[in-house]
Amino acid sequence: MSEATLDTSNQTNAQPQAARFAVFGTSFLIGLVLPVTAALLYEGAFRLGLVQARLLPPPSRIFTTLWKLAQSGELTTHVLATTWRVGMGFGLGAFVGMLLGALTGASHNARRLLDPTLQALRAIPSLAWVPLFILWLGIFESSKIALIAVGVFFPVYLGVMAAIANVDRKIVEVGRAFRLSRLALVRRVLLPAILPDFIIAIRSGLGLGFMFVVAAEIMGASEGLGYLLVDGQQLGKPDQILAAIIAFAVLGKIGDWLIVVLTKPFLTWQDTHQRSA
Amino acid sequence: MLTMDTLCKTYPNGTKALEQISLNVDAGEIVALVGGSGCGKTTLLRMISGLEAPSRGSVAIDGETIHAPHPAIGLVFQEARLLPWLTVAENISFGLDNLSKAEQDARVDEALLRVGLAGYGKRWPRELSGGQAQRVSIVRALVTQPKALLLDEPFSALDALTREKLQDHLLALWETHRPTLVLVTHDVEEAVALADRASVLQPKPGRIFADSPIELPRPRDRLSPEFAEAKRLVLKALDGSINQPNPQQTGKVYSPSAGGSF
Repeated sequence: MSEATLDTSNQTNAQPQAARFAVFGTSFLIGLVLPVTAALLYEGAFRLGLVQARLLPPPSRIFTTLWKLAQSGELTTHVLATTWRVGMGFGLGAFVGMLLGALTGASHNARRLLDPTLQALRAIPSLAWVPLFILWLGIFESSKIALIAVGVFFPVYLGVMAAIANVDRKIVEVGRAFRLSRLALVRRVLLPAILPDFIIAIRSGLGLGFMFVVAAEIMGASEGLGYLLVDGQQLGKPDQILAAIIAFAVLGKIGDWLIVVLTKPFLTWQDTHQRSA
Repeated sequence: MLTMDTLCKTYPNGTKALEQISLNVDAGEIVALVGGSGCGKTTLLRMISGLEAPSRGSVAIDGETIHAPHPAIGLVFQEARLLPWLTVAENISFGLDNLSKAEQDARVDEALLRVGLAGYGKRWPRELSGGQAQRVSIVRALVTQPKALLLDEPFSALDALTREKLQDHLLALWETHRPTLVLVTHDVEEAVALADRASVLQPKPGRIFADSPIELPRPRDRLSPEFAEAKRLVLKALDGSINQPNPQQTGKVYSPSAGGSF
């Protein structure tokens, strides 16, 4: 570990700041090159009459639809409905996942008792729960939130369990050598040690939350971005479907970005190959 | 004074790691525990530190039996084991949270100055070289001003030049408060450069084979004939400890370099 450390005396403390701004700098622009070029090419082809755009509308029409939805206030309603569902389901799933993951990660007995059952439940495709959830919880919000929570639960549970089980014994021993109490050991050694893995776990949890909100909303909803998808399909409005897909992409990205930005100050110590968001 | 009284350690699988170790270390004395790999010297150190319990016998510091890590005993590991999420300064003050912030800062600044790392307080451990990290690790254990400091092959992962420099640093640090030092090493030169006394351990199960003073004035000149002679004596004891016929070992071949490092 230590002998491999290179001489980094030329590295100043200003470097992390520079890296943070670089996210919105050139690398951000480079990332835009491909989608923007593709969109412009397709738009051009459509204007020149080279493509029949009935099933794949050009970007201009998609954005017009998006704009109309936004202006009528519909988009806000749908986005809020979806955000609320993901928020509730994510909160519930991540909380329970964290709790059980911490328990099985820290206690060998708890793992032997709980983990086999949870792993068996994980093997069930989560969508298979839908009929049962609807029977138990009705067709409104509860069953949707339950489905999202199940989706979020497993990556968080697995991530937290692995993170705790993999904390370096040698680092824990430092805490013991300094006579930390159990509580202090958790606060000063275990929590900071698992933080990077924990953040990855909740990020993948949130990703699955968005996946399952679509499933939940497609199966029956009167609002939400998933409803826009179904509505667009039934009424033959591909521009509305694509507008909803874009809204999903933006929403998911914002959620992920929020986690990254909010946790970044706690992770400046990390020795990663390439520090980027 | 550090007292080890007939210490034995048998692991649950029946392996006898240590047998009947009795050793006294005076306050302020520097003792090197020398031995080849697998002789139980690290196990012995861990029992003195209170991280591991002996199967039989006991360790005491100034008459107080050690059952768990003790405030009067500091420990430096083979690897620096700095906490990567704390800055260098925060790592050094890790064991000082019972002191006021001002007192912590004062001790940290003084410590950094003493090991030639003034101004490194705000850096992350990943920005340090191996030798710098180990220096931080040593002062982290020393800022709590323990009566005894235990070091488990602290310089073994470093190159020869850095190692010599750190040995000098360690002696300079020792000079100020004169804590008892117990240093586990497989490096005979290191033992002779630092210690007042070398205890050579014999493997399988670990026992004390020889326990002899190194009566050289400080500062020690590594190139002097007296230093060479002292090294030769320790090396001879080490060879003896390894080649001693022992009914428990079955045809194991030891390379002559297993103990010394030259």
